Amino acid sequence: MSSIAISANNLTRYFGNTPVVRQVSFDIPTGTVTGLLGLNGAGKSTLIKMLMGLLAPTRGSCSVLGVDSTLLTPSTRARIGYTIEGHFAYGRMTVRESEQFQSDSFPNWNPTLFQNTIERFGIRPTARIRTLSRGQRAGVSIALTLSSDPELLILDDPALGLDPVSRRALNETILEFMEGGERTVLLSSHLLDDIERVTDRVLVMVDGRILVNSSVSAFLERVSIWTCDSSDEPRHIPCVPGLIHAYRTGRRLALVVVDVDRESEAAMARIGGSTLTRSDSSFDESVIAYLSRSRSSQSFLTKNAAATATL
Amino acid sequence: MAFTIRIVAGSTAPIYRQIVDQVTRGVASGELSVGESVPSVRQLARELVINPNTVAKAYAELVDSGFLETQAGKGFFVAKRRQVYTKAERLRRIDESIDQLVNQTLVLDIEPEEIVQRLQDRFEKHLKPASD
Repeated sequence: MSSIAISANNLTRYFGNTPVVRQVSFDIPTGTVTGLLGLNGAGKSTLIKMLMGLLAPTRGSCSVLGVDSTLLTPSTRARIGYTIEGHFAYGRMTVRESEQFQSDSFPNWNPTLFQNTIERFGIRPTARIRTLSRGQRAGVSIALTLSSDPELLILDDPALGLDPVSRRALNETILEFMEGGERTVLLSSHLLDDIERVTDRVLVMVDGRILVNSSVSAFLERVSIWTCDSSDEPRHIPCVPGLIHAYRTGRRLALVVVDVDRESEAAMARIGGSTLTRSDSSFDESVIAYLSRSRSSQSFLTKNAAATATL
Repeated sequence: MAFTIRIVAGSTAPIYRQIVDQVTRGVASGELSVGESVPSVRQLARELVINPNTVAKAYAELVDSGFLETQAGKGFFVAKRRQVYTKAERLRRIDESIDQLVNQTLVLDIEPEEIVQRLQDRFEKHLKPASD
């Protein structure tokens, strides 16, 4: 078994003249849960569709389970579980019927896993799918995907619109799926707290590029927030090495910095003088700093290569 | 007596760090006694609904710093305390924390006497052997 479950190499996709995924390269090791984070429109779903071979790359390549995504055979596909955004399901079927329908296509169907998963979401097998809540429908969709016993699970925003109980059930389901150690999960999500709990690694995607590819704990430990009294506009502050994002909170200027060193500290001291103070950054603050800088579009911030964290 | 670990997501401390800190404090306060077992990696990951690698990372650090030890096939146990750092290193580490505390004291405009009093209370609370 290869130790790399997903690999992208200079992967690029244009829609017309618009680049949606730009020169993305990363490897996802087997046996890990990786979170794919980014604003709506950052290119997450396009990236996932290319991995699944549903969209051809404009340039570059990607592979899943060691097979080029454009050459996936049905037997390789059967080893991958994939749920699309929105949890599609046939409303007229009962839960049991949709299990039968799905299991026909998979030789390794695991009925116990299906039963356990729908129980965790509080779903009766006799219920008709259109009568289920959104959280329960997500449960059915996840159960249908997991029970084919895939080696690789790709979930496109599985937690969208879920209540807290269903979110917990989803997290438990993903972690239980991982317990064997040989399986791999890639999931995109906006729920940063859940991502922090469940994943080993995060990819942060901004404007089609991967800006962070790191373990969750290293990411958290490398990003810090500095505040100071300054009347400077965030967009006019001089260059600070490692600066990810700058914003105002009341009278104070906040600077989010990765891998702070003497040089960046000195640069910030020139802005804030003795009013400069440091605090640690939480996971959501760190992610939001990366995502926010795409809002400041083509400022110097996006050109600062030092702000790209790769670990 | 049940020792429970609680974690929150969205804190400035990574989740593995929260586990390390709580076990360390549990040992220091006597809530966890030498030889006592702690939950297995899988069990704790299930209880907290977190990635098992996060728990494994925390336990590895606790083993490195001498708070836990492994017994093959039996899991993790609270180890007999041994100091892995020299006295100078320990002082350097505690000085770092003290500097932070002093900074905060000045920023928040709190009387040093009050801080000393609160520190003493905190020590009494933590060093008192757990009664129940």
